[in-house]
Amino acid sequence: MNAAREFGGRSLVGGAARGESVRLDAPLSLWGGFDPVSGRIIDVHHPQHGVRIAGRVVIMPGGRGSSSSASVLLEAVRLGQHPLALVLAEPDPVLVIGALVAGDLYGVAVPVIQVETAVLAAVPSPATVRVDAARRAATIIAV
Amino acid sequence: MFLEAIDKALLAGEFGAAAQRAMRLLLRYGEALEAPRFIDIASAHIDGCLYHGPSGLDFVRAFLGTDARVRVPTSLNVMAVDLVHPERFEASPALVDDQRELLQGYLELGCAPTLTCAPYQRLPRPAFGEHVAWAESNATVFVNSCLGARSDRYGDFTDLCAALTGRVPEAGLHRSENRRARLVLRVPAPERCAQDRDLWFACLGYLLGETAHDRVAVIVGAPPDSSEDELKALGAAAASSGSVALFHVLGVTPEASSLEDVLDAEQAPREVALAPEDFRGVAARLCRASEGEVVAAFCAGTPHFSLDEFRRLAVAVDGRRAAVEVLVSTSRAIAERLESVSWAEPLWRFGVRLIVDTCTYLTPPALTGDGWVVTPSAKWAHYAPGTIGRRAALMSLERCVRCAVRGRIVP
Repeated sequence: MNAAREFGGRSLVGGAARGESVRLDAPLSLWGGFDPVSGRIIDVHHPQHGVRIAGRVVIMPGGRGSSSSASVLLEAVRLGQHPLALVLAEPDPVLVIGALVAGDLYGVAVPVIQVETAVLAAVPSPATVRVDAARRAATIIAV
Repeated sequence: MFLEAIDKALLAGEFGAAAQRAMRLLLRYGEALEAPRFIDIASAHIDGCLYHGPSGLDFVRAFLGTDARVRVPTSLNVMAVDLVHPERFEASPALVDDQRELLQGYLELGCAPTLTCAPYQRLPRPAFGEHVAWAESNATVFVNSCLGARSDRYGDFTDLCAALTGRVPEAGLHRSENRRARLVLRVPAPERCAQDRDLWFACLGYLLGETAHDRVAVIVGAPPDSSEDELKALGAAAASSGSVALFHVLGVTPEASSLEDVLDAEQAPREVALAPEDFRGVAARLCRASEGEVVAAFCAGTPHFSLDEFRRLAVAVDGRRAAVEVLVSTSRAIAERLESVSWAEPLWRFGVRLIVDTCTYLTPPALTGDGWVVTPSAKWAHYAPGTIGRRAALMSLERCVRCAVRGRIVP
């Protein structure tokens, strides 16, 4: 059995989460790309169309497209169908505000972490991972 | 972050509880984006008025109160349904009620009921160099690229927080160094791609988004007479296939009179040359319809049609009548102006039905029959299959008209 592996990153939105990771091969716009009712990717142009991301630690290059992705993230949190955490290579302002408001309004932490591109590719997926985002630093641990 | 007196006053609640709550969110947001300080904005455009579920209502209600009022001129984006013609959509009465209530919340906060995704088509427009907080991806990219005003890529919620405080973190595209091009995109002219000009701009936008992702690019080789409507289509497509919030077109857009002006002297840009096959490839990916297949509808106005675009459509229909539904989205203000112009008559004879307040891919429009929806909008073709489950075929406006007349896919 492999030893736990730990990866560092920058905390954009704090919080802790533990769950199965899913790495997306392309950026995803949550609005128009993710259905908060089914928890799945609905963007027909996305390579992982149909994949469930609710209840998982989503590792992806970044967000994409619509300003409404913040609203879709909040609605997914209200429905309990949200990604547990977002691990991004690019700090996406739309996802950051969505996660901040989820904490402010519903008290649900959706940690958002920025990592180097190499880390994005190295975090095991699918695998159980633990995400800990403090005020500035964050870690992702494969358990 | 460095806080000025106004920021401290906002955080201390001196401008009321709503502004305080908004400023607290903006502070955490600014820290996440590593902004050094806050700056004033001249206007805001709010996308959060589009109903996605009860959470949107929960959010706006958290700000409502006697003293809650936006501090800068604030316009509103589209909504989930056309409140003037709700019967043109498969919208439940509950959705219409919830959307009305959400709109009411934003109106109580002092936002103007513009209800358009193309706020740049109304006056006054942001001035060159002016800082604004404009959400709605196509509005953000337009205000940055075509007007040279400065907005970062704002999402829902940040828009209202910015409006209530009049402040935003000095991050992203508010900063001069982040507005320089990191990518030079060389493109073949429309004639070399054998595409109608409007289809070429739609394809260029889609390619730009796929190539640049969120990087700022300068496009070299676009027609020097590229129009605002063409750049609007380009930006909307690029903000759908990618996260483009600013692009430059050499010799066309206000920050790109020369390559030296727009490039970073310190950092060599990435260079990409697109070929005519790339344009034809995107056109084929966004139009998988075969000749002779049934057309269900013709949808245009994503982003909202301008008066000039209506004039072009009036010429293109050339006295013909459509055999299918023709839905064109625009703002209430432009719809009203259309009523008073004589040249609009061919549009009504063709069968154009105006949709206001919304877009035709948010809530499914009430269409009879299955089949392809033809559209000149790459943004519509990109999103509609996922959001309303409709098969979309991107093509030039002229070809959309031909297909609508025949009720079939024709060349």
